[in-house]
Order: sequence, then C-alpha cells, then structure tokens
Amino acid sequence: MTDRSMPTAGGARTLFQKIWDEHVVTQEPGGPAVLYIDAHLVHEVTSPQAFSALRAAGMRVRRPDLTLATMDHSTPTRTLSLAGADPEAVQQIHQLERNCQEFGIPLHALDSPSRGIVHVIGPELGYTQPGMTIVCGDSHTSTHGAFGALAFGIGTSEVAHVLATQCLLQRQPRTCRVLVDGRLGRGVTSKDLILALIAQIGVGGGTGHVLEYAGPAIQALSMEERMTICNMTIEGGARSGLIAPDDVTYQYLAGRPGAPRGADWDAAVARWRQLPGDDGASFDRTVTLNADAIGPMITYGTNPGMALPIAAPVPDPDALPDGGQRQAAARALAYMGLQPGQAVLNHPVDVVFIGSCTNGRLVDLRQAAQIMAGRHVAPGVRVLVVPGSQAVKQAAEAEGLARIFREAGAEWREAGCSMCIAMNGDQLEPGQYGVSTSNRNFEGRQGPGGRTFLASPLTAAAAAVKGVVTDPRTLL
Amino acid sequence: MQPFTQFSSRFVVLPNNNIDTDQIIPARFLKTTDKVGLGRALFFAWRYAADGTPRPEFPLNRPDAAGAQILVAGDNFGCGSSREHAPWALLDFGLRTVISTSFGDIFRQNSLKNGLLPVTVDGETHRRLLALASSSPEAQLSVDLASQTLTLPDGQAITFAIDPFTKDCLLEGVDELGYLARLAPRIAAYEQAHPARVSTLDSVQGRLPPAGLARSQEDAPPSRREAPQGGAGRPRS
Repeated sequence: MTDRSMPTAGGARTLFQKIWDEHVVTQEPGGPAVLYIDAHLVHEVTSPQAFSALRAAGMRVRRPDLTLATMDHSTPTRTLSLAGADPEAVQQIHQLERNCQEFGIPLHALDSPSRGIVHVIGPELGYTQPGMTIVCGDSHTSTHGAFGALAFGIGTSEVAHVLATQCLLQRQPRTCRVLVDGRLGRGVTSKDLILALIAQIGVGGGTGHVLEYAGPAIQALSMEERMTICNMTIEGGARSGLIAPDDVTYQYLAGRPGAPRGADWDAAVARWRQLPGDDGASFDRTVTLNADAIGPMITYGTNPGMALPIAAPVPDPDALPDGGQRQAAARALAYMGLQPGQAVLNHPVDVVFIGSCTNGRLVDLRQAAQIMAGRHVAPGVRVLVVPGSQAVKQAAEAEGLARIFREAGAEWREAGCSMCIAMNGDQLEPGQYGVSTSNRNFEGRQGPGGRTFLASPLTAAAAAVKGVVTDPRTLL
Repeated sequence: MQPFTQFSSRFVVLPNNNIDTDQIIPARFLKTTDKVGLGRALFFAWRYAADGTPRPEFPLNRPDAAGAQILVAGDNFGCGSSREHAPWALLDFGLRTVISTSFGDIFRQNSLKNGLLPVTVDGETHRRLLALASSSPEAQLSVDLASQTLTLPDGQAITFAIDPFTKDCLLEGVDELGYLARLAPRIAAYEQAHPARVSTLDSVQGRLPPAGLARSQEDAPPSRREAPQGGAGRPRS
C-alpha cells in the first residue's frame, strides 16, 4: 500500500485525502497513522468481547458522547418482546444493555422508537455528517460514506481500541475513482448500479482501496439511493465508498436531531462545501460505468459479483479462463441448482425479503409498494417486508405503505437486520429460493442451504407478485 | 497475545477462491459473548453433514490434516463480513498461518490483531503449494516471521511482505490497545485542537431522542420539523 502523507502535485486533494489529513493524530515514519474517530456506532454482536477487554484492562470509554449503540442483528421482528427468542441472542442483547449502562453509552434499545439497523438510524438521526470518520464493528459501515464521510467496518479488537482511545491504527489505503455517466432509466435503481459495478470489478476488485463515486448518475440520486451504493462497496472488496456532499446532502440533513442549527448550521455547510475533491486531484485507479446501459440486475451465484442483467443467461463455467474460476463458478451453480445457459428470469421463487441496511429505507419501501399496490403476493410465496428502523416503520405506516404490503399478503415486521443475516429466526429453509434486497448471497447466508437472488426493491416486489423472477419494468 | 516467531507444521488446503467469512464461521455462531470455543464451528457447513457427523472428504477432517497449523487457501480469502470471529475460529481450531494470493482487507487486519499470520504469495508459489499438497500430504512448511520467510520442504525459501510496525507487534506479542492507550496525551492534544463534534448525548431541547441507558425508558420520537433554536449547536471543526 502506498503511504502518501503529502498532497498531490499542486496541492489538489481528493475528498478522501482531505478527511484523512484532518484526522491523523500522529504518525511514526513508516508506521501506520493514528486516526481519530468522530463517531463510533455499536451493536450487540461485535461489541461484547470489546467491552470485556476494557473491563479486564480497567479502562473506561474515552468518549461516550461520540458513541451510539443500538440492537439490530439478532432482534426479533415479529414482536418487540424477547420472550421465546433464542436464549443466546437474548443473553447478547442483555449484555449490550449492561455494557451501555456500565460505560455510560447512549443506547437505542429494543422498545425505543428511534431504534433500528445501525446504518439506518445514524443518518436518519442526523448523526452521520460530511467530513467525519465513522466506524462500527460491521462491514456495511461503508454506508455512511454517502454523506462524504470516511466510514468503514472494523473488527471487535478495533472496537475495543476505539472505545478506549477514540482512535485506530490505520494504513492509508489507495484511491479509486468510480465515474458513472448517463442516468439510470425507469425501473432501474442504485441497487442495480452497484451490482453492475461489482460484476465488473469482482468481489476482490476494490481490495486495498477506498472508492469515490462521481458523475451525473450519482449526483441525480437521493441520499437513500446513495447509501445503497456506498453500503455495498464492501462487496467489491473496498472498505469505504464516498460520495461528495452537495445540496442533496445538506437538504437531507437540515433539521435532523443531530444536525447543527442556526448560525452553526450555516457555518457547517460552509465548511462542508470545501470537502469535495479538488480539480486535478489524482487517484490510483479509475473505473467508469454508463448508467444508461444498466438495467435491472440479479445475482445468480454465491457472491455479489456473480450478477447478471435480469434476462441474461447464466454463464458457462467452462468458458472461464482460469481453473480456480471455473471450479468456483461450477460450485456456485451446483449450490444454486442452476444450469449454464439457463435464464434466471422466470425462475420460481419461494420467499421475498424486502429490507436490510442496503434497501430498508423509506425510498426502498415506496418502490416496493409502487409494484405491490393493488396486486397480491403470488400463491405459495412468502414475503417479508422489514423496515430498516422504527422511524421508517412509522413513516411507512403514515404514508399507507404498510397497508399496501398487508393487503397484498406480505408480512409487515418490526425493524431489524432480519433475513439479511438470518440470526433471529427469519430465514430461508434449505433449498428455498429467495429474492432479497440485502447485500450477500453467500452459501447459507440467509439460512443453511438457502439460495439467494440479490436484487432491487422493485425487482423483489415484482417477484413477490408474480412468484417468479420478473423484470420490474413490465409491472410499472 | 503470545509472541509469534517461527514454527513448522503440516498444511491443509482449501483451494476455493473467495472464501468469505460466512463460510469460515456462520452467523448463528456469532451470538457468543466470548472468544473461545469457536473452533468447533469453523467451516461448519462444509465440515459437517446434515446429521452433524464430520464429512470425511473435507480437507480439515482428513487424517493427514492432524496437527496442521497452516492453511493454504484460494484467492481473496476472508472476504465479506468484518466478523473477528473468523480468525478466532481459525486460531481456536489450531491454525496459526493462512497462505493465499490475497486477503479481504478487514479479515487481514483482524487476523494480525490476534496473532494469526496472513501470508500473501504469488500465483506460481500458490500453484506449487497446491501441487505439493497432492503429492506429499504430510509435507511440512516452515514460517519464520523475523526473516519473513516461508520455507518449502525442498529448502526453497519464499520471502513474504509485512509492514515493520505490525511485524514488531507480532514478534513481541504487543497488544495494540496498550500502544494506543499510551498515546493519550497526543490524543488529548488533538481533541483540544479539534474540539467540536456531534454529540450523541446532546438531548438538550429534544434535539436527540433521549436514548435510554437501560431498556425500560420511554423515548420521544425523533422530530425533524422543529423550528431552528439557534445557538444550541456546536460547530464542527
């Protein structure tokens, strides 16, 4: 990895470099930087051992006022009660409550109206802001990069480091510009865009890099659509994905509980306007896409890079150049029960899951409701719609979206990670095919033997009402 | 953390590319509040049949894998989720080094924090190791961190890269938490120079839902349509 602590020629800096430079506390020559963390998000699954480490070392949390906890990964979604839940999950949830109490950390607990998936509540509370460094023990922390923040996932040891010192040791990553020209067409979403990118660069394509997304197709997106793209950046191997803040960002933030007010707001916006990368700033790599050429996408294999335009045939493993790739592709098709040359389009579907930190926000639910309004879930298909937060749930109910889902025969749930990670009983049974708006289609991810097709909320809703994989544009 | 210096052992091979951390340790095993005991669940779906008995053909279940402390894996090992339970499971099983042509970034960082050494080799070396596993399943490899050397049974030494800071931490068994904690004065100086941040405890005038510190508290719903209060916010640096 390059260790570039000096600005590029002429002093032109990328958005990433500006944030990085601002947050380096100290750096030994040739060693990693000590990076200050502005916001630390915590959830129940990756924190217990970190708090135990602090306790064992007799240390306190340095900045409880920069720490926010919620519970999301293994929380039930049928009810807000833990009665009947997995005893291990209950133990873990209670452990988080005890830890937050002991260390003085604000916790959005199970019965809080502001609880939800950690990467949904941060932004909606106005806690995620441009120019910040944000970490969490969860790889989809990249989501917050949509605000022009440097946000990335960390392991439990690093969670302990941040709790104790508000800092991390980090080597400076390389940078990759992702320039997206054109504009997404009708029925084509930012989920399809990020699936198309990962299909192009591969699941290891971004390793060692942070991605900066730019171009007219990106600028045309709402904040929620931008979050989908940054969320799945990690599936392309890159820890962080950033989008420069602009008026869309400031409009989203204005008035949110964590955002500054009055003269402080004006000062903040003035500062944030300095963040976008300078003209002439150089990147280690550039990747280009044309949004005009992107249609609804769907995964067919067992990693997010194995994705296709929805009507395209499943590729033939034997056509791949490398033995390892051939073996991996053949294995994936065997797991998914698909044949080379087969169309995923019109494949029968058992379950549809609409939710997750990728596509569980109000914009996503509106898209799904657009397809499902006045239609009914196909016979034999089970549909779960899980809002990303209790605030999203409340807003969706106020707008009549929940009624649309219920009248269509879908299950309307409480907020949580739910079937994305299948830790709370919401899962696929062995062999079942599920169309999911989540972010991972690994073997067994949504339940042992479960077979996942990743897709957009529009595509998922179309599958729900047709019972087979369907191009959503035929229903719009 | 125990110092990592050098050792020799047999090795076991999982040649698949893109082995993600969900395969290394499925999510249902992440409900533990502890670090130990995860070795039983390592590669669970691949290791055990539906009835819970070990699959004899899985490489880690084969007799010649006994005592292996080195795993040779396909490209992009450890991609996906940030769960540190992945290196914990590998270590608890008895592995101390993973060799691949590339690693997921977060997995590599997590491994180094726990004394599991990720060694990156080129494609040709990787192919040699796979061939060696077929021809001599009981062959031993040697790993020497100080000289950054992986030695094959025929004596050929392959140098691997590792940054000096991380290497020293591993050689000495240094806990990075202690290292960072000793920087407290510098961190305090940084905070002095960059004072203003977004406070999660700022529930003055209802600006943030007063998140409870215990589960039984009622919270006010977040309101984003309040009239600007003026003066209550803190400027960010």
